[in-house]
Amino acid sequence: MKRRDFLKACMICGAATTLGVTPKKSWGAGSFEGYPDGMGVLVDLTRCVGCRSCEAACNKEQKLPTPDRPFDDPSVFHEKRRPTERAYTVVNKYEPKDGGSPVYRKIQCNHCNEPACLTSCFVNAYTKTKEGAVVYNSKVCVGCRNCMIACPFNVPGYSYSSAFNPVVKKCIFCYETRLKNGKPPACVEICPQEVLTFGHRRELIKIGHERIRETPDKYVDHIYGEKEVGGTGWLYLSSVPFDQVGFDATLGNDPIISNVKEFLGTVPMVLSIWPALFTGFHLLSTRNKNHSDHGHDHSEQEDHKP
Amino acid sequence: MYAVRNWLIGGVLIGALASAPSICLGKNLPDSIALDSLAQLYEKVKFNHAKHISMVKDCAECHHHTTGTLVEDANCVRCHKNSNETKIVACKGCHSAQPFSAEALREKENNRRLYHQDKPGLKGAYHQNCIGCHAKSGGPTGCKECHPLKKVGEAFYNTGEYAPRQTPGTEKGHGH
Repeated sequence: MKRRDFLKACMICGAATTLGVTPKKSWGAGSFEGYPDGMGVLVDLTRCVGCRSCEAACNKEQKLPTPDRPFDDPSVFHEKRRPTERAYTVVNKYEPKDGGSPVYRKIQCNHCNEPACLTSCFVNAYTKTKEGAVVYNSKVCVGCRNCMIACPFNVPGYSYSSAFNPVVKKCIFCYETRLKNGKPPACVEICPQEVLTFGHRRELIKIGHERIRETPDKYVDHIYGEKEVGGTGWLYLSSVPFDQVGFDATLGNDPIISNVKEFLGTVPMVLSIWPALFTGFHLLSTRNKNHSDHGHDHSEQEDHKP
Repeated sequence: MYAVRNWLIGGVLIGALASAPSICLGKNLPDSIALDSLAQLYEKVKFNHAKHISMVKDCAECHHHTTGTLVEDANCVRCHKNSNETKIVACKGCHSAQPFSAEALREKENNRRLYHQDKPGLKGAYHQNCIGCHAKSGGPTGCKECHPLKKVGEAFYNTGEYAPRQTPGTEKGHGH
């Protein structure tokens, strides 16, 4: 290879690298707004009275083990709980800072438009269904718990109780028994106060904003989950600032996958260009070495002189 | 003589009418209503209608625009300024027992221009109306105060006979 040819190749490689940035940008900008007919639930915290019926309904619908305490026992509110393998949804109680009446908040999987759990799973156990549910296949789950770390809401639970086949467990929006057949999840159906409104996600956002518009004194002017981490299927309205009732208000609106999307976009480019580039460098350096072989040997000989 | 007596009777009647809650007159009102839409898990609620009428006076407190005082809410008045009482006054007449069924959602979808997209279902309407008022006026707000559990209900909530063995056994009660 002539030196001129090599420099030409370098120029072409450089140009390709620069052009390569353009498709990478489109990766970063492309965001998934959720399936057009994706379903969701609008949770109005101002309505919840903390009866825990949703927990009971979830337990029966998903055939979960007997709870430690009865579902009508309010003593569970003494601690802040999170979903586990034994309870896919839990209600926590918060005392607002302004001293108003307590606020109850139901926690379960928020069924993200762009789920971090799905992104993090290297065996592809997770699926975002067209109905909006984030479901998983326990049969392929290897129990690595990447999804538990990736989830911005700390939702997936883990079957620590299972010695031989521990897998991740979480709310699946009652996909198999209900959502798939056009029925609302069990928690929505049991809720006496209609805290939970089930419907198309796009309609629920309109309903949420309409509630805020009609009664602006009652609500914080924000629907949590409309934009957070790229949007979630479950959406929340509250009378008190969200960070006071256990929500992470620092998550930002970018899906978790955006943190790695740009990096991952460069991987194919690196894999295809770098070998050629560094082979070129190698050829160039060895060629130079061949030219200066004599001089080099000479200097080595000189070095040996005392 | 008869004329005077008629006038007297008329006067007494008018007096009686004025002292009674005028809005509820001339109608055949039930004194007690058995609410049984949640009868699968709970005993029926024997709703004492007569007692509520004597306490609340204005039917529109619960039956909003369907009977009693016409709407006063500024938001409702925009359209319902001249709305009269309706034939259907029972909650279940408008509030669906299955507000989130596939059919209900489809109907909503087909009536996009309908203003009342956010109408609560029957259960939501009852509870929001009842608990909302009870919380303000000191009425019962605990679940079991209105809804004693049936055996099936106790099994559903893992309580009573079906309570888990290792229960700490402290604070009992439903909700508050």
